[in-house]
Amino acid sequence: MAIIDLANPTRFLRFAHRAHPWLMEITAAAFVVGLYLTYGAPDDYQQGATVKIMFIHVPSAWLGMFGWALMSIAALGTLVWRHPLADVAAKAAAPIGAAFTFLCLVTGALWGRPMWGTYWVWDARLTSVLILFLMYLGVIALWRTVEDPSRAARAAAILTLVGAINLPIIKFSVDWWNTLHQPASVIKLGGPSIYPTILIPLLVMALAFTLLFVTLHVAAMGNEILRRRVRALMLMQAQSAPGSGE
Amino acid sequence: MTLGPHADFIIAAYSIAALVIVGLVVWVELDNRAQRRHLKNLHAQGVTRRSGQPT
Repeated sequence: MAIIDLANPTRFLRFAHRAHPWLMEITAAAFVVGLYLTYGAPDDYQQGATVKIMFIHVPSAWLGMFGWALMSIAALGTLVWRHPLADVAAKAAAPIGAAFTFLCLVTGALWGRPMWGTYWVWDARLTSVLILFLMYLGVIALWRTVEDPSRAARAAAILTLVGAINLPIIKFSVDWWNTLHQPASVIKLGGPSIYPTILIPLLVMALAFTLLFVTLHVAAMGNEILRRRVRALMLMQAQSAPGSGE
Repeated sequence: MTLGPHADFIIAAYSIAALVIVGLVVWVELDNRAQRRHLKNLHAQGVTRRSGQPT
């Protein structure tokens, strides 16, 4: 099956049904390996064992941003090609991206308290990630407020593309402003500055989190397609009911 | 493995991560069951797509 074939909702549902068990198993295996490596990772010479929070904090942060980037690509699909599966992809990604962004904020606060002496500070990185989380909530609210899915999709797509401006701000905030949050140490020019004994567990956990995102997203897209079918059938039922004028 | 003087923070971070992940999985599963139940009820009432294809 070619990738383009998946643009058909019925074919996508068939694909999702077949792929879901495999994705779940691969995700679970990646988490087992990642958590095992995390368990065996050495303490940081300055931070001690609190560095273990990084193995969930950093992948959550990446996926919070990845979710919005995915929604932005889907938003282009909605506005340019008006493809219904693009709406479905964007709508399904929003709660998952919001959950990972929430996790990033909470684990960051729990890491910050022992290392910085505070749960929260209004520096550029933390504030821009909080804005990302609030934007996720805004998009979810918009989807829930507008009843017609295609109208909701267009409004959410515009909001998503406007919100995409925040992604480079989050990424480069630690370079552009003087922040309490440390600068990039994995994705940066010159390569990662983390020692392999800590970098490898981090990358494996990032892979596990990414697989989890994909698994949940495929399943949530399947649910959204079913929800639209239910809606279409209910509309048909209402139109064919006695007294409906048809 | 000892988690040192800040063990509470590490345990709290991993516990919340586990809760959020389990919450997402449960949400997706319950939503799937709800949509399939709706579709089954509609089909039982004789409401199907115009093409007659099962959903």
